[in-house]
Amino acid sequence: MKTLKTLALGASALAMASAASAEISDGKVKIGLLTDMSGTYSDLAGPGAVAAAEMAIEDAGAMAAGMPVELVTADHQNKADIAANKAREWGEAEQVDAFAELVTTSTAMAVYEIAKQQNKVVLVSGAASSPLTNDACIPSGIHYTYSTTALANGTGKAVVAEGGDSWYFLTADYAFGQALEADVTKVVEAAGGQVLGSIRHPFPASDFSSFVLQAQGSGAKVIGLANAGADTTNAIKAANEFGLVAGGQSIAALLMFITDVHALGLETAQGIQLTTGFYWDMDDETRAWSERFMERTGKMPSMVQAGVYSSVAFYLKAIEATGSDDTDTVMEWMRDRPIDDFFAKGGTIRSDGRMVHDMYLARVKSPGESSGPWDYYEILRTIPGEEAYGTLEDSTCPTK
Amino acid sequence: MTTKLGYAAALILLLIAPVFVYPVLLMKFLCFALFASAFNLILGFGGLLSFGHAAFFGGAAYVTGHAIKVWGLPVELGILTGAAAAGVLGLAAGMLAIRRQGIYFAMITLALAQMAYFLFISAPFTGGENGLQGVPRGHLLGMIDLQDNMAMYYFTLAVFLAAFWLIARTVHSPFGQVLRAIRDNEPRAVSLGYDTDRYKLQAFVLSATLAGLAGGLKTVVFQLASLTDAHWHMSGEVVLMTLLGGVGTIAGPAVGAGIIVALQNTLASGPLSAWVPVVLGVIFVICVLSFRRGVIGELQALIRRSF
Amino acid sequence: MLTDLLGFPPQVLFGQLLLGLINGAFYAVLSLGLAVIFGLLNIVNFAHGALYMLGAFTAWGLAQFLGLNYWVALFAAPVIVGAFGMGLERFLLRRLAGVDHLYGLLLTFGLALVIEGVFIKLFGASGQPYPTPAALTGGINLGFMFLPWYRGWVVVASLIACGATWYIFERTKLGAYLRAGTENPKLLQAFGVNVPLLTTLAYGYGVGLAAFAGVLAAPITQVSPLMGSNLIIVVFAVVVIGGMGSIMGAVVTGLAMGLIEGLTKVFWPEASATVIFLVMAIVLVLRPAGLFGRVA
Repeated sequence: MKTLKTLALGASALAMASAASAEISDGKVKIGLLTDMSGTYSDLAGPGAVAAAEMAIEDAGAMAAGMPVELVTADHQNKADIAANKAREWGEAEQVDAFAELVTTSTAMAVYEIAKQQNKVVLVSGAASSPLTNDACIPSGIHYTYSTTALANGTGKAVVAEGGDSWYFLTADYAFGQALEADVTKVVEAAGGQVLGSIRHPFPASDFSSFVLQAQGSGAKVIGLANAGADTTNAIKAANEFGLVAGGQSIAALLMFITDVHALGLETAQGIQLTTGFYWDMDDETRAWSERFMERTGKMPSMVQAGVYSSVAFYLKAIEATGSDDTDTVMEWMRDRPIDDFFAKGGTIRSDGRMVHDMYLARVKSPGESSGPWDYYEILRTIPGEEAYGTLEDSTCPTK
Repeated sequence: MTTKLGYAAALILLLIAPVFVYPVLLMKFLCFALFASAFNLILGFGGLLSFGHAAFFGGAAYVTGHAIKVWGLPVELGILTGAAAAGVLGLAAGMLAIRRQGIYFAMITLALAQMAYFLFISAPFTGGENGLQGVPRGHLLGMIDLQDNMAMYYFTLAVFLAAFWLIARTVHSPFGQVLRAIRDNEPRAVSLGYDTDRYKLQAFVLSATLAGLAGGLKTVVFQLASLTDAHWHMSGEVVLMTLLGGVGTIAGPAVGAGIIVALQNTLASGPLSAWVPVVLGVIFVICVLSFRRGVIGELQALIRRSF
Repeated sequence: MLTDLLGFPPQVLFGQLLLGLINGAFYAVLSLGLAVIFGLLNIVNFAHGALYMLGAFTAWGLAQFLGLNYWVALFAAPVIVGAFGMGLERFLLRRLAGVDHLYGLLLTFGLALVIEGVFIKLFGASGQPYPTPAALTGGINLGFMFLPWYRGWVVVASLIACGATWYIFERTKLGAYLRAGTENPKLLQAFGVNVPLLTTLAYGYGVGLAAFAGVLAAPITQVSPLMGSNLIIVVFAVVVIGGMGSIMGAVVTGLAMGLIEGLTKVFWPEASATVIFLVMAIVLVLRPAGLFGRVA
């Protein structure tokens, strides 16, 4: 244990030394945004995330602490190697100070590796897996918008509380799906529920009928979908088709974005419960910002896109306040201040990198309840940040 | 003469390039240049279109990463292990695929590579979608710190040159002559008493091994191995590189790799970033329709006509 | 009793077999289209998956912009996409006459990249919903599973398409020309038959089949730009297994592979994505020309 601490101390001393040499900045604040511009997740992040970051920079007057702020963007195509490659290049050759967005866990983890070496700030919004603030955490990484833990504590808990005490999972067979399944399993079992089994489907899968059939045969009350994007929407369609819901079972879509609901249509999606970190139609502030976003992009923001704006704005605020774009200085300032904007009220950044803020349990409206496009959610309950993300004690982050 | 001058100029360019160009980008280029050259060995000189070379590239990338990160092998050994694994995989795939020619060969290699891809997705040692990350670059021969980009670049360049030399030697060796004879007229080669299947298989295994070498090297450069390396799009990309540079020319694949890597890099951060696959597709179509000899092939034809 | 013996309820087995048959129907129609194209053009149409996607998108577009329903789309989409395919053949593929057939594969690969890329750019990757036609919503409880009417319809429609293709090829004059064209195009040309036109028609027909499958698939999966990109490789494996010999071969192999995949999903779900490739490897060892293939 002691050696571990000494090691950690040594490592942080090293990091500080390298930071000191990197502090002589180029007099510019440069943010590198990596996202999926054309793939499976481009709707929920993608061009909308870029627009959100641009808005944040424009709102700050494109200046922070007297330095011009610049945004560079790239399409990582959900591929870890492209993300790592680009992040490395940006850090080494272009003096990028912070990385933002990073949808899909694999790209976020890849950029974490680079950011650890280069001591750069990472503002993760799109990736979900809880290991980002646990075993895989880094001192300069912030997991901003949501996590698999929050999804489990939101949707998972709510479903068990309503009597859904036996579960069967349809899990995307890769790290994110597995993390989500594990997190939800924990929650279900802690609440006295029971997990009857799970089936891992290939990623991505186009036809879910046979998996749905398997789930149907399990006899579980709740079929938990531990997948994302097109996999989720396809699974829901197949479940509807095979009369899974009509047969008395219910579906818990553990990760669902407003863009997925938009793609599915309310007719199919109605009644689904989901956990989200943001909904545009909450109060005047969220509406005002979202309308601006809508004007710019033609779509309402997903929680990932709203999170990108909030995280970039907060980062720029930190630079403005400290007068420096040095990673350690900025990180320290951000950890000590609550985040208060349209996205989060009283959000705080923990030492393991978790940005703790309130989450919302929502139910998708029926076509009759909806007043038109994007009027999709009825917020059932606000989940306090502490409840959604657990406590710092539970985190296995070695540098917390 | 012109060829020799060209190679000398290219070598000097490669030696001084990292002063002007970001070294990691150059290393990426070298890895793909090696990959495409290895691929060209079987397409350009063996006449067999493999649409599954990503399996060897990606498979070796994983094995190298695993060997270095988990088994703690030194860098050089790790890369060689990866290449050897790709060779074994190539032997298995080759023995099946060599039974058919032409289009069937392409489809079989594609399908086998897809099978390998699914295995990589579900095998625990690959890290699935997350890939195998944080592979240490380590020290070359226990002395030179490869974390330094310059050191890493010259190491990569050395490996590339050695492999490139090996490919050039193979092509010009008696073995290469027989291979070309089979490509041009297999029945004739058979009637001359050559066991053509054996030659093709050997070439395939060599090609797979060298593709694996490129994959292993790439793992060390980028410190990660991922599914991208094994996806069939990668197989398509290497075909494109080879085609663009010039199928069946020695330098062509490397040139094609250079063009594609530079293009991807330029496009990725510009307004055209969402159009990368479309641009690649368009280049593919243009190449096939009216540029089948590729850059180097056209150049050679031009030189032949002019002198 | 049976459950104890098998380790799972028999409903699951029958259900999966039935689903396998449905998937097999898609494989059959797609590999049939490939076989028709291969017959006359001697190229493997790598763009088949993209054209299948195009069929689904056409159906979606017809509904979205013109308000035309599924039944119209089922006929209109194959015609529209087939015409598009004929354009591709006439202006691009034909220029490859006389060069190695592998270039055809490469050209269509490039086309697939372009088509899919453009659709991702235009419509995003997460897919557009397409409703099940009203007449086929709901389903029937077969006792061992709940069969949605629409799935049943997919099997019927696929078999009709395959049967119609068989009829055209084996029982009509046009079919006779087509078959002759695969055997000896030069001789056929000498008899005064317009072989280039025949080739264009064959490509259009093959593409039309892909589009037909796309429309059938639209209500089952989302209409998304990448819906055909992974499917096409499975279909390639199906084609290798069957051998490009006959129409019957394509259909039978397609259905059989669907069934095998369904079985695997019961016993070892993780392997369901690989099992067809495994079968392909075994077939290659035992019968290199494929199950129905003529030795090349």
